Amino acid sequence: MQAMNQSDLSTILDIVDRFASDPTRLMDIVLAVQRRFGHVSDEAIDAIATGVGKHRVEIEQMVTFYAFFDRKPRGRCRIRLSRTPISGLKGAQEVASAFMDALAIGMGGTTADGEFSLDWTSDIGMADQEPAALIDMRMLTCLTPADVPLILRALRLQMHATPLANGAAQLPNESVRSSVVQAGPILSGAVSGDAAIKAALKLTPDQVIEAITTSKLRGRGGAGFPTGMKWRETRKAGGSEHYVVCNADEGEPGTFKDRALLTDFAELVFDGMTIAGYAIGARHGILYLRGEYTYLWRSLEDKLAARRGAGLLGTCIGAQSGFDFDIRIQLGAGAYICGEESALLESLEGKRGTPRERPPFPTEHGYLKQPTVIDNVETFACATRVVERGASWFLGFGTRQSTGTKLMSVSGDCPNPGVYEVPFGLTINELLDLVGATEVGYVQMSGPSGEAVAPKDFGRTIAYEDVSTGGSTMIFGKHRDVLDVALQFIRFFVDESCGWCTPCRVGTTLLEREMEKIVAGRATQSDLRAIGSLANTVARMSRCGLGQTAPNPILTTMRDFPEMYEARLRPEVFMPSVDLRDALRDAIDVQGREPVAPAN
Amino acid sequence: MAMDAVVISVDGIPVSAAPGQSVLQACDAAGIYIPRLCYHPDLTPTGNCRVCTCTINGRAHAACVTPATHGMVVENATAALNADRRVLIEMLFVEGDHTCAYCVASGDCELQALGYRLGMTAPTQPYLWPRQQIDATHPDVYLDRSRCILCSRCIQASMQEDGKSVFAFEGRGIVMRLNVDAKGGLGATTMAAVDKAARVCPVACIVIKRDSYTVPNGRRRFDIAPIGSDIEAKRAKTPP
Repeated sequence: MQAMNQSDLSTILDIVDRFASDPTRLMDIVLAVQRRFGHVSDEAIDAIATGVGKHRVEIEQMVTFYAFFDRKPRGRCRIRLSRTPISGLKGAQEVASAFMDALAIGMGGTTADGEFSLDWTSDIGMADQEPAALIDMRMLTCLTPADVPLILRALRLQMHATPLANGAAQLPNESVRSSVVQAGPILSGAVSGDAAIKAALKLTPDQVIEAITTSKLRGRGGAGFPTGMKWRETRKAGGSEHYVVCNADEGEPGTFKDRALLTDFAELVFDGMTIAGYAIGARHGILYLRGEYTYLWRSLEDKLAARRGAGLLGTCIGAQSGFDFDIRIQLGAGAYICGEESALLESLEGKRGTPRERPPFPTEHGYLKQPTVIDNVETFACATRVVERGASWFLGFGTRQSTGTKLMSVSGDCPNPGVYEVPFGLTINELLDLVGATEVGYVQMSGPSGEAVAPKDFGRTIAYEDVSTGGSTMIFGKHRDVLDVALQFIRFFVDESCGWCTPCRVGTTLLEREMEKIVAGRATQSDLRAIGSLANTVARMSRCGLGQTAPNPILTTMRDFPEMYEARLRPEVFMPSVDLRDALRDAIDVQGREPVAPAN
Repeated sequence: MAMDAVVISVDGIPVSAAPGQSVLQACDAAGIYIPRLCYHPDLTPTGNCRVCTCTINGRAHAACVTPATHGMVVENATAALNADRRVLIEMLFVEGDHTCAYCVASGDCELQALGYRLGMTAPTQPYLWPRQQIDATHPDVYLDRSRCILCSRCIQASMQEDGKSVFAFEGRGIVMRLNVDAKGGLGATTMAAVDKAARVCPVACIVIKRDSYTVPNGRRRFDIAPIGSDIEAKRAKTPP
């Protein structure tokens, strides 16, 4: 391998300089290197390590954690197709075949001329507009095989245009339609101006926290921690700085309501972060935006700049001396686990997105070990409305324990997928009626980490006290294969396990193997017992929420659809995992004849 | 008893803990053995293996990273927990290539010893047959990644004790592996056989060359007494 030339080296050192050689800004440094060179070479690793004063092995462990960083050169143009059960039922496989045929490569391949690479990627937050693809971090939606030649032609034109001035020209299908189908109280009314900030500044920080507490607002990511309590604890905690972090790493398959908020209601979110900053005494806010949503970055930066111009960010906000607050956007790089708040903080600090041990909690030891409020995008939007319109207004929606409304991301077998703002307490049946779904086989609530809900339970309500959810609602018609979907979900967790702990790292792969055996019709009653037992061990012993919920696709479908499993079983007492004929394939090919006795 | 005394209950036995001690440390001092694999008394606990998971106040927590607080109720030696722990040991066996019969660490291997202690006869899970490279580039230390259980002891030891950061993880999920701080392999790093990092491996992933079989099979640590006996011996000696 040839050594890096001087100009490339100085480019990298410039990038490192731009972030003040700060190892906690490694995400930005590596993102910039990846963007500039298309991969992060050994020489780049060495240069970054020297620049930030770390060992190369420390840089490498971070770089290799994220799906969107490459250690080896790939195609100049990266095509990533979203692979989810929803994209599958909308025709992603056909689109993939069209790309494979047109490029004469397989999935995971790169064309001989080095121009294109083609890969699958985990859910990219477009479940209402699948099949979708990320092409060099540009978002393409509603793809059909017929679109593929047009897209490739446009890409080739752009790549060969010199200079690459028209690189920004829109590609076919490069548009994301607004996802909000039904707006409720939170999404209705003005979303710009300084009303919310002014309302907050009329109160003391303690009164803001009091209002949030009175409203009974709870975390909208799904865990449901009381927001007022979180803010109060963070305010109380001692530290040299306090931080506000917005978790926009919306990675749970099937959810896209944060994307909708950041597209059409970003002001509500920035207001909420600013109000939180005022309440807890923070000067810095960070929005952690998942890498898949890079296409939103420009418009969000523009909105932040406009807010600075309007005196809603910066120093002396709302002409209140002493209230200084600003927000920066941190892009992620493809890691579902970073939606877990402590993993997100690690990533923000330029490390692998491995969850932390708790205690201590982020309220005491968060970003850079300082007290940190970390809330979901939707939670900040709700907080803004609470401050603007009052806690009692907010208490007027929902149930006693679950006040307000919930944004539901609805996708799958229904005529009107999209975001629906509904009051807590709505039943699943009512939601299905709202979205026009008929002939529903089951609903996957809260994504793969949630549960498969069978029709007998459609009377259950969407609320923290019953179906507690981040809002992902994937509808599967009666004709869909429950077990195949469960297998796809397990594969998602195999891809996204951080690897830190044994039960999740190894257990998810073992569950995948066992599930493959069942789906292939090679399993017996004893396999069914084994997979149930293994799934429970993984759930009990895993370190964080990812591993603890990874077996849910199996456990909840085994609970509610046992007949689907039974139907695939073989009557034998035992079946080996290995198909003897497959295992002997190489030998059979070499010998040019089948074994005398039939294998199996 | 002082006001800040911490007493926890472990399977009904009262155990006092010094301030700042983890549940595992308090139990070790009291002669109660909680099975564990990645934990090493000289290193910061990392909670990778999860073998020391106990039911603490009704919820599963790794004892090595859970601070003991007064009144904690800990379940440790239950059949259910030991069954889950055995599954974790099985997972590590099938994830790597652990053939005790011809492994230099046999009898001195914490993974093998835990397999015996927890009653594992043979793995019930399918082997994953990893393809891992042996790194023999170092004159005094070799690295067999097919036996690595990703416990992170060497990573901690190299960073904290040796001040070197020779090791770190690479990749994520099931393909995560142990990486070294040089493109050219272990031999191109600052690793030395006297480093703490060379002496904390619980299995035979990091092996010091020309040092094997100085203690013959049959006379090694766990050939003589099961893993955990040293801790339990403390309890036998302390009056009830």
